[in-house]
Amino acid sequence: MTEFVRTSPLRGPENALTDYSIPAEAPWSGIVRKGQIIRIEDSYGQQAVDTLFYRADDFAERYSSQDTMRAQGAAYIGIGTKIMSNEGNVMLCVSADSCGRHDTSAGACSCESNTVRFGHDTKYLHACRDNFVLEVTKHGMGKRDIVPNINFFMNVPITPSGEMTIVDGISAPGDFVEMVAEMDVLCVVSNCPQINNPCNGFDPTPIRILIWDGEA
Amino acid sequence: MHVRRSPEEIAANRTRYEEHQSRGLEFAPKALPEPSPVPAPPVEPARVIRRETIPGGWYFSTALKRGEVIRIALEDGLSSVALVAWNAADTSERLNLPDTVKLQWTTALGKGRVVFSDMGRVMFSVVEDSSGGAHDVLMGGSTAASNATKYASANDRRLRNTRDNLILVAGKLGLDRRDIPAALSLFAPVRVDEEGRFGWREELRRAGDYVELRAEMDLLIGLANCPHPLDPNPAYAPNPVVVTRLRAVPPAADDLCRTATAEAVRGFENNDDALS
Repeated sequence: MTEFVRTSPLRGPENALTDYSIPAEAPWSGIVRKGQIIRIEDSYGQQAVDTLFYRADDFAERYSSQDTMRAQGAAYIGIGTKIMSNEGNVMLCVSADSCGRHDTSAGACSCESNTVRFGHDTKYLHACRDNFVLEVTKHGMGKRDIVPNINFFMNVPITPSGEMTIVDGISAPGDFVEMVAEMDVLCVVSNCPQINNPCNGFDPTPIRILIWDGEA
Repeated sequence: MHVRRSPEEIAANRTRYEEHQSRGLEFAPKALPEPSPVPAPPVEPARVIRRETIPGGWYFSTALKRGEVIRIALEDGLSSVALVAWNAADTSERLNLPDTVKLQWTTALGKGRVVFSDMGRVMFSVVEDSSGGAHDVLMGGSTAASNATKYASANDRRLRNTRDNLILVAGKLGLDRRDIPAALSLFAPVRVDEEGRFGWREELRRAGDYVELRAEMDLLIGLANCPHPLDPNPAYAPNPVVVTRLRAVPPAADDLCRTATAEAVRGFENNDDALS
């Protein structure tokens, strides 16, 4: 485990409300209240973290990659990005980012899309879509509620001619992204299990998620 | 305690990925055809099931049987058209743009490409496209808020938007806003620069442009004819769009969209599995 990098002298693991270690390939979900700060940390580096947000008191309002990209006029997620809902409301703001490049165009891996991309013999490998289905089901939702997500720490450059490819992640061990919630949200994460492309350095690893109160 | 994979296993997976990647990226310039000719060739009257003109600002929804083709044509001037689609037999299976671009290694969808569902199956083949891929697979369409930002008459309720149109499409199919997938915007030439900022490449589209999409499963589709948020025209001025539903013609054995890429071939194998 790398040393914890503080973005505020007032915030560290010692006063986090919660400090979760998410095993490699596993899902997670939790509530982040308005004003609270959530930090997702790539403990070992080069680990994609597929992430969705739902309004805590109305799950039909949820993360919208298209509204987020349109609002900022750009394709990648970074400091200052307003994470938008399908109703055009700001859900969270990205307040700190030690990595510099996060994707919201390439979606989540699935057993089904793996067969198309990497061959039918990759069907029976664990995938983010399955993590998402398992996790949102705990909250009364289903596959229809899984929308195009954010891939924190995933590097998917799009060229001016339109080419798009997933390349080696640029996140180092201990890199993090922090967001301030602008409404109460349910955060759903799949710690990506993909071993067929470089988004996880071909070796999925654990991540860490911390949440603080806004005053902290 | 987390146990890392062996260097040998990591290297083998990397080699395999790089082979897929080089095939995917190197394929397109060689194998994709020229854009379809303009003006569009006339449609054989016996093939026409239905012809509909969507007024500027409005929406349209129809079923499409497997093999049928929908032609969407800018016969009356420029416009942009947002498209969403569901599997008619199970509406939880729907258009998936992230998979569509990721599986084909490109955001430029032109003639010869396909559109995937979230279940690794092909929903549409792009059998004709005169624009050369002048479509937006990233940003989607307008909303009440984006219209309010863009147009001076922000409170004018006649400025209909894509998002509300798609809510209406979904609602009239017994679906709701949870079911609206990220929309594909046709005739919206959005590209990104090196920093990821969006730009509008007007030269990629023309009045008279058309696409023909062949349904590769029984579908329900929705179309919304509203100006794209990046449309450079400062006035809200969508033109009517003509939509023609055409009877199925069995694809040839060497059908372009079914054979153009290894990914499309595997996608169609998944379609065939679902039908068997």
